[in-house]
Amino acid sequence: MIDFTLSDSDKDILEQVRREALVTRKYARHYDDREEELPPMALPEASEFPNLLERVLERPAGDTGLATLQMLLGIERSWGDTVPLRFQRTALGNAALMAAGTPEQKARWGKTMLAMAITEPGCGSDSKAIKTTARLQGDHWVLDGEKIFVTTGIRAEGVVVWATTDAHAGRAGIKSFVVMKGTPGFEITRKEKKLGIRASDTAAISLSQCKIPRDHLLGGDESIPKQGSGGFRGVMKTFNMTRPGVAAGGIGKARASLDFATEALAQEGVTIDWECGRNARSATCARLIQMEADTEAATLATLRAAWLADVKQENNLEASISKSKGGEVSRSVPQGCIEILGALGTSRQYLLEKWLRDGRITDIYEGTGQIQRLIIARTIFGYSSAELS
Amino acid sequence: MISFELTQSQVMARDMVRELAKKELRQRARGCDEESRCPDDLLEKSWALGLVSAGIPEAQGGAGAAAEQTTSALVLEELGYGCASLGAMVMAPMLFVRPLLDFGTDSQKQIYLPLFTGNRYHAATLALHEPNFGFDPAKLRTTAERHGDHFVLRGEKHLVPMGDRSSHFLVIARGQEPGVRQLQAFIVPRDARGLHVHAEPERTIGFQAMPWGRLSLDDLHAPLDWRLGGDQGIDGRRLLASLRVGGAALCVGLARAVTEMAVAYAKERVAFGQAIAKKQAIAFMIADMYTEVESMRWLVWKAASELERGVDATRSSVLAQDYVARKTMKIADDGIQVFGGHGFIRDYPLELWFRNARLLTTHEGPVAV
Repeated sequence: MIDFTLSDSDKDILEQVRREALVTRKYARHYDDREEELPPMALPEASEFPNLLERVLERPAGDTGLATLQMLLGIERSWGDTVPLRFQRTALGNAALMAAGTPEQKARWGKTMLAMAITEPGCGSDSKAIKTTARLQGDHWVLDGEKIFVTTGIRAEGVVVWATTDAHAGRAGIKSFVVMKGTPGFEITRKEKKLGIRASDTAAISLSQCKIPRDHLLGGDESIPKQGSGGFRGVMKTFNMTRPGVAAGGIGKARASLDFATEALAQEGVTIDWECGRNARSATCARLIQMEADTEAATLATLRAAWLADVKQENNLEASISKSKGGEVSRSVPQGCIEILGALGTSRQYLLEKWLRDGRITDIYEGTGQIQRLIIARTIFGYSSAELS
Repeated sequence: MISFELTQSQVMARDMVRELAKKELRQRARGCDEESRCPDDLLEKSWALGLVSAGIPEAQGGAGAAAEQTTSALVLEELGYGCASLGAMVMAPMLFVRPLLDFGTDSQKQIYLPLFTGNRYHAATLALHEPNFGFDPAKLRTTAERHGDHFVLRGEKHLVPMGDRSSHFLVIARGQEPGVRQLQAFIVPRDARGLHVHAEPERTIGFQAMPWGRLSLDDLHAPLDWRLGGDQGIDGRRLLASLRVGGAALCVGLARAVTEMAVAYAKERVAFGQAIAKKQAIAFMIADMYTEVESMRWLVWKAASELERGVDATRSSVLAQDYVARKTMKIADDGIQVFGGHGFIRDYPLELWFRNARLLTTHEGPVAV
């Protein structure tokens, strides 16, 4: 049955996330101003809050699906800030591990915080152009190359590194390797300075004759002889859930901006009259309603993508749709809110300007909006990546 | 709990209407538009599916199924996918039936609902729109003044769906104060004294097959029992929400069909040695069309589900209307662009869908969920 209501346990959980979000907001400006500081793994207030994960897992059967609920949590958390109350012990590399790792690898690194290193100075979305190499030398792989934009690369214990085992094989030659910090030849060369999400650490990494055991190849030796792009596709699957998750993060910034603008305008005596005819709205009200509608559309598209995962249906297309919509509102809504609030909206005494800066990454990482459109177009036309590039 | 799952009966209803839409509505769309002709046989054929009578209680001769707004939204999307204009004609009686179900007194339901449970299409409709620019349902000009044992109705109505043949008009009038909460509705039979139904039908950019009616209410005396809901009256917010969601649901189908046509054409049309679908400028445009069809549908479902639960759907229906109208117009417009010059030629479907989109996205209705 079509249903958009929240169950009592959904509401309880979301209320707690909102309380946590209000705490993280207090730290938002601090870590934005002090980019060189790494926020602690847990804020001082963290111990006051019960463990959310337990509450999520204890929910009654037949409740809102886990993936769907996670999107709502993601939006709410992002509404708080980039600074989490407690840092999760997992990162994007863990998602790759779960998608492509062997059972032994999952057991071995399941509790290790793993970042993911794909992007290089010369390639981003076009990951088959990766220049980092992996050469097999006896029982070891030797990695050489440069990686940038490694999210949580500073605080992670290890990194899942994408490298090519055969530069002529294109995608089929690309494999991912678990490289632990401290491995000789692995070096963090810098922490990036960014427009926004400054509390989230982003690393640049250099791999120079970096030697790792052979069994650190994600998916094991099995993944080598495979024809086609099996291994690559395995890792790409990671994105079916992380893309809606990223969308949720962007939607959180849009939602936060809209809530702020709505409240600020109300203090100036401007409120939305929902019962007013659509041709009789003021410019400001029309804009607010438009931004509300855009944000709602992105939210529902994201819930839809996650819900498909909950009911075990293919969601590759919908994941890209959600990411495209989430990316859009993370840009247009904070921008629009500043526009309707006027110059004071740019002041750093409020978080609105920060949400614009923070949200801006949404349409870039985990596949730009343009990459999502490529995926959507290929899917609906039935084209391969060679046919539509 | 959040779910996008359709019930089995919803899947059945949707699939049944999808067949009708493909086999009948889509095939007839161009001819009916060119000739400004209402296809009576199509209305009869559609009527046989029981789309209107399904939600009428057994006591009044209907099938007694729950008149779910989400199901109605699914049905309207499919009809819009066939042809929004013909689809609106098929479902026009719901403009009368839905408010009757929602607000009618027992005796009003007893009298009027059985009209719609027979074997023949029965036209009755809603008269909301008024012929002034910047039309606003919160500031209607039609008035209903109480004089002892009757009301006196005065005003002008236009763009009344199926106005040429409706047996009854649900005339919407303003209350003492402006605002949608004050709206009143009156069941006005076609032969009421003081009601003048203009003979010359109104012609519009799209929905050319729709027989739009134009009414003048000239000191029309309406007995008290014509007032829908009796002393209780109606909830104008709910009425308008139902119209917004109905129109938006038709739009989703219209936009889906345009997107499908664009996909097929772009794969077939070759320029510079390559299908234009293989060029990002076209591919991205169509990817966005597809993305918006998907996204707008959920807004419609959400608003419909609120109506179904009986809560105030003003906000959700306003959001759905706003979003769906903007995106539908963009999709219909981009559809023409993908077809290039052919999009402008009446041998191809696009220009018809564009004209229909322009009317549909500005009308408060012309269907209700």
